[in-house]
Amino acid sequence: MSASVDAITSLKSTFPSVTDRPSSDCPAVNVPTGELISVLKSLRDEQAFDLLSDVTAIDWAEGASPRFTAVYHLYSTTSHAAIRVATPCTGDDAAPTVPSVVPLWPGANWHEREAYDMFGITFEGHPDLRRILMWDGYPYHPLRKEFPLAGIETVLPDSEVAEETKAKVIAAPMMGGPFVASAGEMNLTDAEPRAKDESWSERSAKPEA
Amino acid sequence: MATDFAFPDSAAKAAGAEQEFAPEKMSLSMGPSHPATHGVLRLQMELDGEVLTKCDPVVGYLHRGDEKIAENMTYNQFVPYTDRLDYLAPLANNMAYAIAVERLAKLEVPARCQAIRVLTAEMARVSAHLMGLGAFGLDVGAWSVLVHSLNQREHLYKLFEELTGARFTTSYTRIGGVSRDIPDGWLSRVIAFCDQFEPALEETLSLLTRNKIFQDRTVGVGIISKADALAYGLTGPNLRASGVSLDLRKDKPYSGYEQYEFDVPVGSKGDCYDRYLCRGEEMRQAVRIIRQVIAKFPSGDWYAKDARKIFAPPKDKILTSMEELIQNFMIVTEGPQIPAGEVYFEAENPKGALGFFIVSKGGGVPWRMKIRSPSFCNLSILSKVCVGTMMSDVVTLLGSLDFVMGECDR
Repeated sequence: MSASVDAITSLKSTFPSVTDRPSSDCPAVNVPTGELISVLKSLRDEQAFDLLSDVTAIDWAEGASPRFTAVYHLYSTTSHAAIRVATPCTGDDAAPTVPSVVPLWPGANWHEREAYDMFGITFEGHPDLRRILMWDGYPYHPLRKEFPLAGIETVLPDSEVAEETKAKVIAAPMMGGPFVASAGEMNLTDAEPRAKDESWSERSAKPEA
Repeated sequence: MATDFAFPDSAAKAAGAEQEFAPEKMSLSMGPSHPATHGVLRLQMELDGEVLTKCDPVVGYLHRGDEKIAENMTYNQFVPYTDRLDYLAPLANNMAYAIAVERLAKLEVPARCQAIRVLTAEMARVSAHLMGLGAFGLDVGAWSVLVHSLNQREHLYKLFEELTGARFTTSYTRIGGVSRDIPDGWLSRVIAFCDQFEPALEETLSLLTRNKIFQDRTVGVGIISKADALAYGLTGPNLRASGVSLDLRKDKPYSGYEQYEFDVPVGSKGDCYDRYLCRGEEMRQAVRIIRQVIAKFPSGDWYAKDARKIFAPPKDKILTSMEELIQNFMIVTEGPQIPAGEVYFEAENPKGALGFFIVSKGGGVPWRMKIRSPSFCNLSILSKVCVGTMMSDVVTLLGSLDFVMGECDR
């Protein structure tokens, strides 16, 4: 652990805008979006954090500022230290943006495609930014907080397929269920297992937005 | 006719060489339903004759939205979903998930619980590597290896069933412990399994290790360099076969792994044969760990007794005592009360480092849970390493990477 603390101390002397981030385990830092690439490059080349374990994002829900945070987990195969680097995404809610780290680690390619697929975050400079888990042409970003757990009915992307199968719409997979609890502070009544969105189900139609 | 024709090197050169005439390249889609892709992986390939010039893996056919589901249920409710990540080693996934949440809750589990988890995780490693070995053998035409390894896995499944009540989807851990203590006499049956497994493993491996056909198909095929393996975030046996000695059980010990003596096999070349050898040796080391765990199996509690807001009280107490009933009701409805914070924990699973990144705002439900799946990262190197290889070597390469799509697609 001391190796990552040292790393943060020397990182802060080079980049004064880097601040500590609360963490329950490994040391973590907040980095301004503009300095992300140079901070990660310095961690990789000077502090020997050579393995990029993970790239992901957090959606802090509508109205939060910043709404999306990109999170990078680095690991050093020599000192066995780990570090978490977080940066807020710039841009509006519809198209948050963060620079791509594919030039530093080619392995970030799929992680960033996944974050784009799930949150709609644009990674600037990514060589091939397209969906990875959902299919091409899927209109939503499912891990955003406003996307319902039950799913949203979707038009089939290929019109020829739709013509042939006569099924033009893919039904949402879990309409009317399942019974779930919600995150955060809540009273006992709210926390009881219940359907996430009770305003519509298999039997009553979805109200017009 | 020239006779200086040696595969696969000349083929690899031909892939990048200027052609006198530009023959039309063929595009070929392999999968998502194909026996060599071990699940629902699809490879969109571009071929120049027998040689690949481009390979684009298409994943996501088994995407179930586990991360979205996790945001909508309590921590204990998610345990069965972890079974379905790497479904060849559910016990190891259960353990990785439980430790991640316990780190967030700053909860220490007793030594006996740690020993049970290590024991089951190593048994899961043997079971997962056996399946990987059998399927790899099948891919390159060695049928009997699969039969031998399935036979041994059956013994393991019987032990899992006795311990957890399920053969396949075990859901064994709870936050702060495990679902039940080990049954009477179970440890001696594990020892009996180890006693017959060790010679059987040597016999199974001897079918491949010095097998000329197997060597011809794997040695020097699908070489992943050390630099590439690190750059693409490979972990587990695939990374170690490329010469990086990274094993989280040794480097960042968790669940009491520091008490056990074991070696970390490292490859020198990074080809398919090295990956096979690493897995074989890891099985031997896993058995070594299993024996050590059982030799010094601790007594005492098998769940964290002081974790009153996290671990549900014993069933007989719930039915007879009002306080325990209320406590159980709160844990079931609101979930175990985990403090706010962020935690990232990686465990050394059979396929590589399985990581859980959990963001909590307090309460019984995570705000965000990211699952870092080793198979996903291991597959991302395919688009690089496949270029220049022969079509038939792709099958060998896939077998040697030993991925599970349930984990890759989540």
